[in-house]
Amino acid sequence: MNRFAELLDRLAFEPGRNNKIALVEDYLRSEKDPDRGWALAALTGGLDLPNAKPGLIRALAAERTDPVLFALSYDYVGDLSETVALMWPAPAVRPNQPPPGLAEVVETLRSAGRSEIPGLLARWLDLLDESGRFALLKLITGALRIGVSARLAKTALARIGGREADEVEEVWHGLEPPYASLFAWLEGRAGRPEAADAAPFRTPMLAHPLEDRDTEVQDPADFLAEWKWDGIRVQAAAGTMSDGRHVRRLFSRSGDDISAAFPDVVERLAFEGAIDGELLIVIDGRVQPFSTLQQRLNRKTVTLKLLAGMPAAIRAYDLLAEGGEDLRPLPFLARRARLEAFVARLGEPRIDLSPMVPFGSWQDLAAARADPASHGAGDDAEAVEGLMIKRAAAPYLPGRVRGEWFKWKRDPFEVDAVLMYAQRGHGKRSSFYSDYTFGVWRDGEGGRELVPVGKAYFGFTDEELKEIDRFVRNHTVNRFGPVREVVHSENEGLVMQVAFEGLNRSTRHKSGIAMRFPRIARLRWDKRPADADRIDSLMALLPAEG
Amino acid sequence: MRAEDLLCLDRCGLYCPPGGFHLDPVRPAPRAVITHGHSDHARAGHGAVLATPETLSIMALRYGADFAGARQPAEYGETVRIGEVDVTLVPAGHVLGSAQVLIEWRGYRLVVSGDYKRQADPTCAPFEPVRCDAFVTEATFALPVFRHPSARGEVEKLLASRDLFPERAHLVGAYSLGKAQRMIRLLREAGCDEPILIHGALDKLCRFYERQGVGLGPLEPVAGRAKGDLKGRIVVCPPSATADLWARRFPDPVTAFASGWMRVRARARQRGAELPLVVSDHADWDDLCETILDTEAEEIWVTHGQEDALVHWCGSNGIAARPLNMIGYGDEGEPEEAAPAAAAVDRTEPGPS
Repeated sequence: MNRFAELLDRLAFEPGRNNKIALVEDYLRSEKDPDRGWALAALTGGLDLPNAKPGLIRALAAERTDPVLFALSYDYVGDLSETVALMWPAPAVRPNQPPPGLAEVVETLRSAGRSEIPGLLARWLDLLDESGRFALLKLITGALRIGVSARLAKTALARIGGREADEVEEVWHGLEPPYASLFAWLEGRAGRPEAADAAPFRTPMLAHPLEDRDTEVQDPADFLAEWKWDGIRVQAAAGTMSDGRHVRRLFSRSGDDISAAFPDVVERLAFEGAIDGELLIVIDGRVQPFSTLQQRLNRKTVTLKLLAGMPAAIRAYDLLAEGGEDLRPLPFLARRARLEAFVARLGEPRIDLSPMVPFGSWQDLAAARADPASHGAGDDAEAVEGLMIKRAAAPYLPGRVRGEWFKWKRDPFEVDAVLMYAQRGHGKRSSFYSDYTFGVWRDGEGGRELVPVGKAYFGFTDEELKEIDRFVRNHTVNRFGPVREVVHSENEGLVMQVAFEGLNRSTRHKSGIAMRFPRIARLRWDKRPADADRIDSLMALLPAEG
Repeated sequence: MRAEDLLCLDRCGLYCPPGGFHLDPVRPAPRAVITHGHSDHARAGHGAVLATPETLSIMALRYGADFAGARQPAEYGETVRIGEVDVTLVPAGHVLGSAQVLIEWRGYRLVVSGDYKRQADPTCAPFEPVRCDAFVTEATFALPVFRHPSARGEVEKLLASRDLFPERAHLVGAYSLGKAQRMIRLLREAGCDEPILIHGALDKLCRFYERQGVGLGPLEPVAGRAKGDLKGRIVVCPPSATADLWARRFPDPVTAFASGWMRVRARARQRGAELPLVVSDHADWDDLCETILDTEAEEIWVTHGQEDALVHWCGSNGIAARPLNMIGYGDEGEPEEAAPAAAAVDRTEPGPS
């Protein structure tokens, strides 16, 4: 447990992806079975433990600590599990036992009755050190929050066998923690585990942004195009297991199983195969804005009200498997024909085809991109994020393969905003002010004032980062911990041209709006802050209320 | 006789009327007894200063030889009469030269702890508990969430991280007086004998420690090195330097901070730590409580830090205690607020921890 706890502590503080992978890899290499298998389950979100409510943790703490000291400590630390982990008093007589391993904790909890849990926890808390107690409490309250995706953990895992994460994905969903056969295969001690699962995740194929150069060298006749819908990319897999059970799963692009949040879609996957598509909210035949879908994301369960008010659907792009047949080696054109037949046979209203966009030249395609409504997208045009351009002969290959798929997004919106606050970045940027809060003008009580409308931390070049950093350091008017407020008056300040993908209403932000995917497009040293945009120009972009 | 007859608070801080001197005054005072060299306790511009020879040397290093009108060194254990009282300096275990101040007057014994710790520290004399009637204690880490782990274990974490990331530089933010030298010395004891790189701001104090007999092994400046030569190095610098332009020269650095505050994850995150090392020069909760019992004092005054919790603990153990709510000490704030009087010298550093 203590080694796993150390890993969690390092991961929680390490911002760099590659460094996180190195930490996980080092742990998986050096920890023994079955502890590392349970750790892998915890990191990939596959660890199913009886959950302890915060009330139980509080009650345990109340038995061992002074209530006033606990209240003062909790107030200072701000996190219940951490407070208890830090102040848990050593027992008067230290038990003569080693601290429990992760496997012991997990296996005991899985077979324990509800009433046994408080006693078990107290005994383990006595045996563990601070990090161990913290990890235990976080595990049992179900909130690791260490910024590690399932994909990252699998990437680290694959490396211990010198393999790619995609190879792990192929066998992953047929296996159960603590994954002894998986480690044995990766370490060369046994063969590849049988992918016995009927609905595994297959690493999705991804696109590169279309560049001007591409349209010069590529022949439009080699390509097909379809709309890029503004939902989330999903994979819907279903099949019959050897015991006759029909399993249905919905995966996110990164391979996380999101079935629990979308039972309305999962129940409709009455097929044998795997569809690559876009998850959308569709009401009365109309695709809803992304902000609607967002309310259904990141949930472990879903209420009936949400299901009724925001019904989900899949718009299919591709067919990866049908029956027991792997279609991925086929050219896109052939897979598309299979997909069309498959969707037609399915006859399921909540699974439809993403229509193709016919074109003869790149100019035709540019016209469709500029005006999706009159090029076939019709009423759903607002939900079109751009175009996907796919080589007709391309097989379905995992990852971002050059020259096969291109995405051509619609032009972003842009606004001239004024830099208001800057925060230091992390990792390589830890000495740079690289996170920027910017605002636009509105009428306040005392005249025109800037209201923050968003935050951006990329889009600029290294050279521009240095320039902004210099500006921030030389124009600081206030400091709040790692944040600096910079001068932002009518005549003094830095104007940034900010590009973004869309706007939503938000009650969390002072301005009432939230920007999607904002980034710095250009620095406007030539402009005075007084010339920056007004909030009205943003309000005009908001979708109608309701 | 009561503690109030011997000690009170005025605008400069703690004042001893029968002795006619202040303790660690935050403003210039005619006569001062200084517990240790950290800039929030040892300020320039007093009339006469009594302190250990080490503390006087540190003040001279930081502020220049004319930092006070007159200087009077007192060795540990040597009793000096000031006004009507006897003053004895006793090791506090905080940093080199740090002292508690024992004040005796008409048979009454009062001890002002200054900053102190009970953990082993190879760079200074260990804390000695003194029996007294009244004990004035610091309270920087006076919450039961602060329990410092073994400093050796924390240093091992640093070395393990360096082994795991041999291509990255490890920047260790450590207060330039005391913590930096302790970290270097602990690294040596853990078997690290390669040259350790130090920030220019640490140079004078490290040399001073060496002259005082605290061996620090090979130290080399950071300045003038190529980026490739900084890979895999352990670099000790003042905490604020990790966020400075200075830090840009390092290849994908691991930012480590050595401080008691690192125990609380949110604090560590606020400071931008990637490798928090819980190494403190202050007493943790258990040691604060233990020390209060060791002194057998009937009355406890709690100075700077988390006064409420310690006063509550004393109350529930039948010991009279009161908070002094002193300001101007400790490192609650950013560097700019921490040490106003010493801003000219220690502008880049937060207070010690």
